[in-house]
Amino acid sequence: MKILVAVKRVIDYNVQIRVKEDNSGIVTDNVKMSTNPPDDNAIEEAVKIKESGKATEVVAITVGEEKAQETVRKALAVGADRGIHVKADSILEPLAVSKILQKIVEKEKPDLVFMGKQAIDDDCNQTGQMLSALLNWPQATFASKIEVRDNKLEVTREIDEGLETIEINTPAIVTCDLRLNEPRYASLPNIMKAKKKPIEELMASDLGVDITPRIEQVKVEEPPKRKAGIKVASVAELVQKLKNEAKVI
Amino acid sequence: MAVLLIAEHNNKELRSFTLNAATAASQIDPEVHAILIGHNSAEAVKKLSELPPIKKVISVEAPYYENYTAENFAPVIIKLAENYSHIVCSANTFGKNLMPRIAAHLDTSQVSDIIKVLSPDTFLRPIYAGNAFATIKSNDTKKCVTIRPTSFDPCDSTGGAAPVEKIESCEEFSKTKFIKREEIKSDRPELGTARIVVSGGRGMQNGDNFKLITEVADKLGAAIGASRAAVDAGYISNDHQVGQTGKVVVPDLYIAIGISGAIQHLAGMKESKVIVAINKDGEAPIFSVADYGLEADLFEAIPQFMEELNKLNTIQK
Repeated sequence: MKILVAVKRVIDYNVQIRVKEDNSGIVTDNVKMSTNPPDDNAIEEAVKIKESGKATEVVAITVGEEKAQETVRKALAVGADRGIHVKADSILEPLAVSKILQKIVEKEKPDLVFMGKQAIDDDCNQTGQMLSALLNWPQATFASKIEVRDNKLEVTREIDEGLETIEINTPAIVTCDLRLNEPRYASLPNIMKAKKKPIEELMASDLGVDITPRIEQVKVEEPPKRKAGIKVASVAELVQKLKNEAKVI
Repeated sequence: MAVLLIAEHNNKELRSFTLNAATAASQIDPEVHAILIGHNSAEAVKKLSELPPIKKVISVEAPYYENYTAENFAPVIIKLAENYSHIVCSANTFGKNLMPRIAAHLDTSQVSDIIKVLSPDTFLRPIYAGNAFATIKSNDTKKCVTIRPTSFDPCDSTGGAAPVEKIESCEEFSKTKFIKREEIKSDRPELGTARIVVSGGRGMQNGDNFKLITEVADKLGAAIGASRAAVDAGYISNDHQVGQTGKVVVPDLYIAIGISGAIQHLAGMKESKVIVAINKDGEAPIFSVADYGLEADLFEAIPQFMEELNKLNTIQK
């Protein structure tokens, strides 16, 4: 069984982002970048399945600018076998990314495609579902547990009401929740070894898919600031304020 | 052309966010039609037809629509799509799972999680965990939009009388099988719509101590929330998680206890009307959004808080 894992490079989750002064977007120069956190869970799960003997190859793919390759290199360092970097200069919408992934899936013929459930930059939560639509494959989104059985997966999904379990036939798409596993850190020897693993480079514009943006970003602004609050000295004062000032209890 | 709203329901009741989504849909275009895909869903269809913004209800039934798998729901919507300018549903796990599957089929770039309708093609949506607001214009002829339910008021639940049209079901998608759903039943208000939310974080130290949060919530008639750290540590189940990858809540009062206030948690609660933070670390980021901050050991503060609440003659419910 072959698993393709899609990873995205985003501003690190610990960075307090800043809006550009001209309201054209977010400041990304000299800002720490990392792999989108749930994409780390996706890689970890694929590597674990390979280690259990149920998969033979894990291929990591990213779509994006030159530096996005760092995320593929990191995936190789934690156990992916080889990488694919589809280069694109501009920021692509999830629809465009899913069309690119569809092309790669048709060529690579994986049995499973894993990725994070949501990217923490645009918070769109679309790509996995869109890819499964384009391929007409089953989708298991927000996965917090995956059991592989022959040509089927049993997946536990985190939903608003609690947990849902579904069974899907492969080939299939799984989008991973942060609780799926605990991503490992790459060891230094493995980071060195990863440098020798192959990464195939392709141009998004050569794949014959329409990736022109459909959505115009008119402006990006700071959200309204909250009025500064106060510190209260005691529980009694807190309850009194809630009752008489805020009038919420 | 009209807007098509996808109703979320359990075949008997409408899920409450359908009412918020109906409001958002009517702000895009007053001609709102709603589709209910279900099994033995007559009761839910009737309730949907009574929502005042809905001008027409479309009902489709099949046994395999009982458990709302996106693979079965999407073809129904796609078949109807040519009659509509917009397709709308809530940006909760139901809508997040379903809408992109529809949008990709229609070759439309979906607009996710809007908090405001500026015009039929321009919307406001939070990005980067709500640390920036983007105004975006969709240039697709057909638009797929998910709405953040807590940013739109629910419509009235009665007063409308929309006609109901029944349509044929689509073929079953056999490669996905529903097995079970473990819903945590509770008499407490729903987290997404509660007037008061009491949340606990890593500072609670273990699952047993969450009983303290439960006591406060019971006293105030509140829902129980949690930070991701508390859910990851197994103190409480995932359906309580508030934040960027959990639920977004906008209660009148949010009480954060033992929560440091990571960016990802703030994303889910900082629009609350009044925020209280109780934390022993005076530098914790949660204090930056709190209207009332109390720097204290929560294991001393919670019992005192209960004592003070017990002294009050009345507590709003």
